[in-house]
Amino acid sequence: MADEVTLTIDGMSVAVPRGSTVRAACEAALVSIPTLCWHSNLEPANACRACVVEVKGSRALVASCSRVAEEGMDVQTASDRVRNSRKVVAELLLSTSDADLAPDLLHLAEISGADKNRFAGGATWQQPVKDDNSLYIRDLSKCILCYRCVEACGEDAQNTFAISVAGRGFNAHIDAGFGRELPESDCVFCGNCVAVCPTGALIGKTEWTLRQNGQWDEDRISQTETICSYCGVGCELNLHVLENRIVKVNSPMDHPVTHGMLCVKGRYGYEFAQAGE
Amino acid sequence: MPETRRLLPALHTRSEPVSRERLTERGFDRAMERMLSMQPEDIIAEVKASGIKGRGGAAFPTGIKWAGVHAAAGGTRYVVMNADESELGTFKDRVLLEQDPLGALVGVLIAAHAVRARKAYCYIRGEYREVEQRLAAALTILAECGWVGPDAVDVEIRRGAGAYIAGEETALLNSIEGKRAEPRVKPPFPTNHGLWGAPTLIQNVETMANVAVLFAHDVQWFKECGTPETPGTKLIGLSGYVRHPGVYEVPFGYPMTNIIHDEDLGGGLSGSERLRAILLGGAAGTFMAPEEVEASLLDYGSLSRYGASIGSGALMVFDDTVDLTWVLKKLARFFADESCGQCVPCRIGTRRILELLDQEGLKTRAEDLRELALAMRDASICGLGQTAPVALLSILDRPERQGA
Ligand SMILES: Cc1cc2nc3c(=O)[nH]c(=O)nc-3n(C[C@H](O)[C@H](O)[C@H](O)COP(=O)(O)O)c2cc1C
Ligand code: SF4
Ligand code: SF4
Ligand code: SF4
Ligand code: FES
Repeated sequence: MADEVTLTIDGMSVAVPRGSTVRAACEAALVSIPTLCWHSNLEPANACRACVVEVKGSRALVASCSRVAEEGMDVQTASDRVRNSRKVVAELLLSTSDADLAPDLLHLAEISGADKNRFAGGATWQQPVKDDNSLYIRDLSKCILCYRCVEACGEDAQNTFAISVAGRGFNAHIDAGFGRELPESDCVFCGNCVAVCPTGALIGKTEWTLRQNGQWDEDRISQTETICSYCGVGCELNLHVLENRIVKVNSPMDHPVTHGMLCVKGRYGYEFAQAGE
Repeated sequence: MPETRRLLPALHTRSEPVSRERLTERGFDRAMERMLSMQPEDIIAEVKASGIKGRGGAAFPTGIKWAGVHAAAGGTRYVVMNADESELGTFKDRVLLEQDPLGALVGVLIAAHAVRARKAYCYIRGEYREVEQRLAAALTILAECGWVGPDAVDVEIRRGAGAYIAGEETALLNSIEGKRAEPRVKPPFPTNHGLWGAPTLIQNVETMANVAVLFAHDVQWFKECGTPETPGTKLIGLSGYVRHPGVYEVPFGYPMTNIIHDEDLGGGLSGSERLRAILLGGAAGTFMAPEEVEASLLDYGSLSRYGASIGSGALMVFDDTVDLTWVLKKLARFFADESCGQCVPCRIGTRRILELLDQEGLKTRAEDLRELALAMRDASICGLGQTAPVALLSILDRPERQGA
């Protein structure tokens, strides 16, 4: 069919709509590809390289999260080169960043057989927690520089462009402009960066405080869906409730109105309304 | 062998580098007139027939790249001359632009006509201020001839952002657009999706100069020099333990050893006068042992037998007092400083290589270093991360070569 392309994934032939990524084609072929920076609602940043695959005819490995599938492509998802790269990516990230709240990274480490100590012992991202506002915490020791927050704050959702990457090489980091604290920056506290952060480097202050005190217990948190009443857009909210208290608000990533993105009122207004009670 | 001079003006050249007389003396006025009488398709066919390959490092066939931009969809097109020259041991574009700036610029104009671009940029390394002034003066001459300007091809000089990575073609495009000099993911390639999304042709200074001398003569003349696979000459930046370091123009196919030893070229080894290794291609290059140098010609096929390539033409010579591990550490420091930090293998990997080498890991952690190096080569976004471990791998593959 003209609007489909057929390619081979680990020897299996699969047809996908033209324009699909190699990652999506792998998914269609039921081959699971690990990803860290890729997010269904954001432009691929191509930063983590966890998703690389081997494409016949291409010298370097190819990031499957962004590469568009082509007719006749021959893709290997588990070659020696792919496996070595995935493993080293996991090991490098584990050697710099605290992965306690990063399930995707822990998963990558597990499936790739990574040894978290192999490249440890050198420079790390260890740094003090940034607690400069009442809504969310920046614990950048956990950051893996996946660019998701930058994308969410910029063109892909929020259009605020409050944060970007500054510095080069190992010193590259997320910055709110000239090293400013968030309240002095252009940030409007929509929390969309928090919603997409895969590592807990950005985390709601309530959740962070509860975790600090050992009171965050996923098993005891119930979730309730509702529609935000602050305005008429109709954003769906997912209220996380612990002991009759709203401790976190997000929106389903596949919701047609929000695509997981909210404004400051929807995301943080409810917690605050009750805090004042 | 006396030095070949095609890209570099002959020693008896009398005219000033930036003058109308120089245009005539070098045949560049003839080149412009001949080119202006030709259809873009014919210009491209001639570049293809000449066999010119890119001189910036990757040696991609120039005519094929031009055909790609020519065939790309879209009305607006750009040509960019890459004069960012920041590879270690590489200073040939600077010498070329000092000695004959009109040549490279005539190449730019020929390229612009071939791909129907009305606008071209010269992206020049920030430190090259005097060269930049010379380029600007050369543009004035070309404007007086009616070949540069709003009614012909507009040529703008842009000063580089001061980082090695800005010379990578897609980072360079971002830099011209006013963004952070971070590489873009390829595909799409600049030939289809370059500056502001328009088809863009990017060539190294030396490549452009080759095009100018080609059109000042013809394909047959061009191919009189070099090998059938790689016609023409290459500028070599010779440095390290040689008697006469400098930039030399050498025909492809010339014996590597002779580049070091010929009286008119390197003039022989200095220091202990015993060769330990050469590093070919700069920081992104490969170490070659004396017997490999002895057995190689300056051509891609010959060098690839030893996993080496010419790259930008940087040739560093080390005598046997030099500890190559020390050189590797310097290279590792360079890449750790120059990584843009966008992707994990290079951002963290360059730092870990530096740390491991500082802990003498070449002997104790060879396997870990190798796997790290392979992941960087395989999974990094751009050429910087992909080539950062190449010199290291060339030593890991030849453990007996580490030296003192
Ligand atoms: C890290 C990096 C730095 C580079 N620096 C330069 C440079 O300074 N000058 C240059 O001409 N090409 C440089 N290149 C190569 C360019 O990306 C590109 O291939 C080249 O300009 C194309 O021109 P050519 O085909 O005429 O060689 C660099 C590549 C990488 C990966
Ligand atoms: S809270 Fe919103 S505006 Fe502030 S940095 Fe995050 S995404 Fe940007
Ligand atoms: S703060 Fe979170 S979302 Fe932002 S780059 Fe770091 S890990 Fe990614
Ligand atoms: S390989 Fe290095 S320089 Fe290139 S994009 Fe990745 S981090 Fe940046
Ligand atoms: S998921 Fe593809 S590069 Fe990160």
